[in-house]
Amino acid sequence: MNPELPRRPRIDRLSALLGLAVIGSLAFLPFVVIKTSRIASGESRLLIDAMPTGWALAMAAILAAAAATATFAASVRARLCAALGGLALSAFAVGRVAEALTPVGNRIVRISPGFGFWVLLLAFGLIATNALTRFRLRPGMRVLCLAVTAAVLYAAFAAGAFDALSIMREYAVNADRFAREARQHVLLVLGSLAPAVLIGVPIGILCHRVPKVRGAILQTLNLIQTIPSIALFGILMVPLAALAAAFPWVGELGVHGIGAAPAVIALFLYALLPVVANTSVGLGRVSPATVDAARGMGMTSGQVLWQIEFALALPVILTGIRIVLVQNIGLVTIAALIGGGGFGTFVFQGIGQTAIDLVLLGAIPTVALAFSCAVALDALVETMNRSPP
Amino acid sequence: MIEIESLTKRYGPTTVVDGVSMSIARGSITVIVGTSGSGKSTLLRMINKLIEPTSGRVLIDGRDTASTPAHLLRRKIGYVIQGHGLFPHRSVAENIATVPRLLGWDAARIRARVDELLQIFQLDPRECAAKFPYQLSGGQQQRVGVARALAAGPAVLLMDEPFGALDPIIRTKAQDDLLDIQRRFGTTVVLVTHDMDEAFRLGERVAVMSQGRMLQYDTPTVLLTHPIDPFVSRLTGSSDRALRLLSLIKAGEACEPGSAEGPPVRADQSLCDVLSDLLWRGASSVPVLKSDGSPAGRLTIGGILARGKPV
Repeated sequence: MNPELPRRPRIDRLSALLGLAVIGSLAFLPFVVIKTSRIASGESRLLIDAMPTGWALAMAAILAAAAATATFAASVRARLCAALGGLALSAFAVGRVAEALTPVGNRIVRISPGFGFWVLLLAFGLIATNALTRFRLRPGMRVLCLAVTAAVLYAAFAAGAFDALSIMREYAVNADRFAREARQHVLLVLGSLAPAVLIGVPIGILCHRVPKVRGAILQTLNLIQTIPSIALFGILMVPLAALAAAFPWVGELGVHGIGAAPAVIALFLYALLPVVANTSVGLGRVSPATVDAARGMGMTSGQVLWQIEFALALPVILTGIRIVLVQNIGLVTIAALIGGGGFGTFVFQGIGQTAIDLVLLGAIPTVALAFSCAVALDALVETMNRSPP
Repeated sequence: MIEIESLTKRYGPTTVVDGVSMSIARGSITVIVGTSGSGKSTLLRMINKLIEPTSGRVLIDGRDTASTPAHLLRRKIGYVIQGHGLFPHRSVAENIATVPRLLGWDAARIRARVDELLQIFQLDPRECAAKFPYQLSGGQQQRVGVARALAAGPAVLLMDEPFGALDPIIRTKAQDDLLDIQRRFGTTVVLVTHDMDEAFRLGERVAVMSQGRMLQYDTPTVLLTHPIDPFVSRLTGSSDRALRLLSLIKAGEACEPGSAEGPPVRADQSLCDVLSDLLWRGASSVPVLKSDGSPAGRLTIGGILARGKPV
């Protein structure tokens, strides 16, 4: 930078843009939407119309100040605190507003967060994550941040801060099913991930050791990836149904043309490519000199494979597993279409009933789960990567 | 004692090593030198069975290496390669402990041995043991590579272009260290290089290879003075072979009785260095001191020059 120029406070462009978004949404976008029933179309309310004018002005002032701090403050810590404060206040306010606007004893009126609220959440959320990346937190600290966020959110939900919001109304009705579908979602993800790792890693090793088969295997797996998930479910239904019909004991094991079995198998097939490709690439990146030295030291070929090649390829293999995990958490939603269960059940039910809150009840936990897994596995990969690439 | 008997390696129609026989004395340093593609590395790697010979055999202390499983054989033979080949995910201490761990030593014995080797190789155990290879300088990495190869006290050390990746100053230091270590442990060293200066500096005996065949296997002096093949004479250098010859002779071996003026030289310096010193100072003679500091005699320019031609 030219030292002759007078020093100006450095403004982070992204923060500036997000700060403007905060102020714009406060002024022009609906903070909440009021519906007379869960499937009726709604009436939008700006912040100023959603609560007593004094409160609304005070809150708008505080949020604008938070946005300004997040934009102009020199210290990253101050920006982070402002963004977190903005997040907390927006979330708290939307819960209070919903409670205040619901007529006492009325269980039919639905109050949902409006577009403006989501913009606030997104803007402050991005400012906060942007500030967090500046800290270059160590992997352990990132997981700790994630855990603290999860704990705070859990406490807020448990304390009933959002009970009056439409999504939580849907949750209250579906609480039992929510727990069951959450468990089913996780089971479907792990049920397809575990075999993909157990089978994909050895196939990846084979691809590395026998270059002749690598092309054929990777092309086949690539081809599978191009099949749309719905089509793959359809392709699997026929043979699985036939299998269950021909051998009743297969059906007793829970394998049917529809349900969890085709979902798990399809997800397993999608998961193979990242696992196999990353295993093969990771092993291929191990320096030949290192392998030569390991053999020269007197390691058996098994010891060379596990202690040297596999250990060095582990960060790349874990990256593949991370891709699969996040991808599967999203894809499992589709499994609900063929009776596989999971959060997708709410999504498709909600679409069928044009009840957007029910869709969100399925979608938001899915996104949160995928995000948390991504953060946790990224941290793990970074911890494994002790030597520079 | 390593005996190599008509060792041959073919890949399809190509013969990489062609019927090489040589005998390597216990506790000596033998250098195999040749251009790239001469088969010198393949020859070395057949000694520890990293490459299986097509025909011929290798005997170590009278035992045919074919009778021992390859991985067990290699645990008894040190192995150092160019660019050190350290395991990047393991600390310096873990790297050095590789072979002792494979041999099942107990933890206390391994720790003691690692500390001992770090000290021998001038690496501070407290500072270096927990570091990872990428945190070390090139010279340090190379020393750790040699320490790792010597960890279980092998009688034989194979080195494949071990100093190739080092800059000239560090390389000279590494070569000196190797000579010290070899004297200290009495290890039989077989070293492969394409660098003739390195071969002459380190090798008690030097084998010259070309196109898979061993052309000549003798002491550096004989290679210089009586090359049996035009290729050997080209490789050993036609223009500066007199100076090379002088560099093989120590002052102590060549000095004559008498005394001289001026700063003395040590008995273990080479005649080449002494000659350079005399030319630089414009002196014609110099006193020589033994390693204990007592006078050994003197060297004159004329005496040195007489040594610079074949006997």
